Amino acid sequence: MTKQTMFEKIWRAHEVVPESAEAPAVLYIDLHLVHEVTSAQAFRLLRERGIPVRRPDRTVATLDHATPTDTRQLFGGVPIRLESAARQIEELERNAAASGIELFGLRDKHRGIVHVIGPELGLTQPGMTIVCGDSHTSTHGAFGTLAFGIGTTEVGHVLATQCLLQRKPKTLAVEVRGKFAHGVSAKDLVLAIIAQLGVAGGSGQVIEYRGEAVRALSMDERMTVCNMSIEAGARAGMIAPDETTFTYMRGRPRAPAGAEWERALAAWQQLPSDAGAAFDREVALDASDVPPMISYGTNPGMSIPVNGIIPMRNDESFLKAMQYMAFAPGDMLAGKPVDIVFIGSCTNSRLSDLRAAAALLRGRKVASGVRMLVVPGSQQVKQAAEAEGLHEVFTGAGAEWRESGCSMCVGINGDTAPAGRYVVSTSNRNFEGRQGQGARTLLASPVTAAAAAVTGRITDPRDLMS
Amino acid sequence: MQVIRRIRSRTLVLPAADVDTDQIFPARFLTTTSRDGLGRALFADWRFDAEGRPRPEFVLNRPESAGCSILVAGRNFGGGSSREHAPWALLDYGIRAVISTSIADIFFSNAVKNGLLPVIVDEDTHQWLLAHPGAELEIDLEAITVALPDGRRAGFPMEAFARHCLLHGVDELGYLISCLPAIEAHERTNAR
Ligand code: SF4
Repeated sequence: MTKQTMFEKIWRAHEVVPESAEAPAVLYIDLHLVHEVTSAQAFRLLRERGIPVRRPDRTVATLDHATPTDTRQLFGGVPIRLESAARQIEELERNAAASGIELFGLRDKHRGIVHVIGPELGLTQPGMTIVCGDSHTSTHGAFGTLAFGIGTTEVGHVLATQCLLQRKPKTLAVEVRGKFAHGVSAKDLVLAIIAQLGVAGGSGQVIEYRGEAVRALSMDERMTVCNMSIEAGARAGMIAPDETTFTYMRGRPRAPAGAEWERALAAWQQLPSDAGAAFDREVALDASDVPPMISYGTNPGMSIPVNGIIPMRNDESFLKAMQYMAFAPGDMLAGKPVDIVFIGSCTNSRLSDLRAAAALLRGRKVASGVRMLVVPGSQQVKQAAEAEGLHEVFTGAGAEWRESGCSMCVGINGDTAPAGRYVVSTSNRNFEGRQGQGARTLLASPVTAAAAAVTGRITDPRDLMS
Repeated sequence: MQVIRRIRSRTLVLPAADVDTDQIFPARFLTTTSRDGLGRALFADWRFDAEGRPRPEFVLNRPESAGCSILVAGRNFGGGSSREHAPWALLDYGIRAVISTSIADIFFSNAVKNGLLPVIVDEDTHQWLLAHPGAELEIDLEAITVALPDGRRAGFPMEAFARHCLLHGVDELGYLISCLPAIEAHERTNAR
């Protein structure tokens, strides 16, 4: 037997028709996640052509992207303020009901960001192929799945046939050795990886993160790393399942139970790449070299250590970024004032992220003039955080505590930052206008974001950590 | 889907590298359930000022850009989101081909599925194109070449199936549906 990577094992198990020179592979999809922003046109296409949804039982829908996070609009009888968002929500409600697709509706206690609830409910299981009309579907790769984002036409393909046409991507191993330094998180690691690979460095490839430092990460942290694979241009990111994965999965509402659990576990244990399996490309870095990171430009590859200085570059995208951000090469980021701090998004809105931010905030206040928004990734995360009293830490410090959703990560649900303002954000994209027209995003970890909230300036979180 | 064989047009040049889907189609226009008329939002934040007036210096607003259907973009075009609104908006605006040295994976696949031709050229050809905005090009999908005005031709990679679909106006869904017997067989042997 030739030695196989985990990617190859999953790919082969889902090949309905292998690829040939003439045609891509027909790849079977185990789980299709759907949300309100990229599905309406696909459902419409199917209706026009009289094609039913083939496997509603393998399709799960949620409301997150355009859905407001304001408690009054969800539970207080106040109508949804954005009319276009309300229409998208209603359309998904209708489409899901008409096709027999399970929808975690507006007031459902399991609703949340699509990439937070899949794992949380145990829908995401090792060895699966998972797709969603959202590029951060790579998050689910943390469980040893092949998970990637697709466009709306492909959403239609999967609804109609449960399959996709795909050319086999290449594989890239990212080996992370060593141990994390104090105050450094998974977010810092992935920003450092993207800065090293470049925003197109993973293009056409599936990344497998491996090594001692990756094995030491919790599931929440692994999801943060896999989530941002797409920011290096990669098709997907994945991490082999291990005891950490199985412990996380056991007892989740949709995870297998009893004899089925044993059977599933035996299969999952076969998934990791065989020792000596060859990747198309391999890179390595040492976790102990990674400091707290922050982005300074308009793509996630433009990131530096939080106490570093903006480098000198001369290309057009760098100069354009400098103009947009109103920064200059040689500037030190630490000490620069910030206006808004956003803790949320499928990158960093799980319970451990909220705990880390709350630990830094406890006994402190959000600096005057700074707005801080904390948006849990799901209603389950919200509830768990409230059970620990985290919401009181946030509101006591002067932050806003919201219902779950994509919120300021994408800014199409009423949560936006005004033009020219600096937002330290735990989300995944610092593109121009991503958080609001003209808004300036600085990507960072939850503790770095919380530190900025306390001081009102970009701050090395280690200065505030005991 | 429209059949594509040849595209002949002058070029629009947008030299910035790493132009992402949030620039092509800003997020705030995403709350639409339609795919028509999206060209109005194309590059909206570069095209219009805060009051909605066209910025005269932006390439799409210059008079010589009218009627151009080939966009020459800087390297790594279309990164970021899976939003298909980006190719929809380009097509609705009248762009039929995008040329760069590299095009992000999901954007590439979304473009092909909608009849927007993604053309990846070598560095030298790209440099020439960036330096000659408004050049009259002919992209030939049968020969898989781009012809420059001086008669030079550059080849570009195009996956065989995508090319077949574009040349014949075939849509992939039809092909997938023709695979249903194999899909059902796969489900029977892999039932969980
Ligand atoms: S939080 Fe942001 S990145 Fe994640 S699913 Fe929502 S919009 Fe996409």
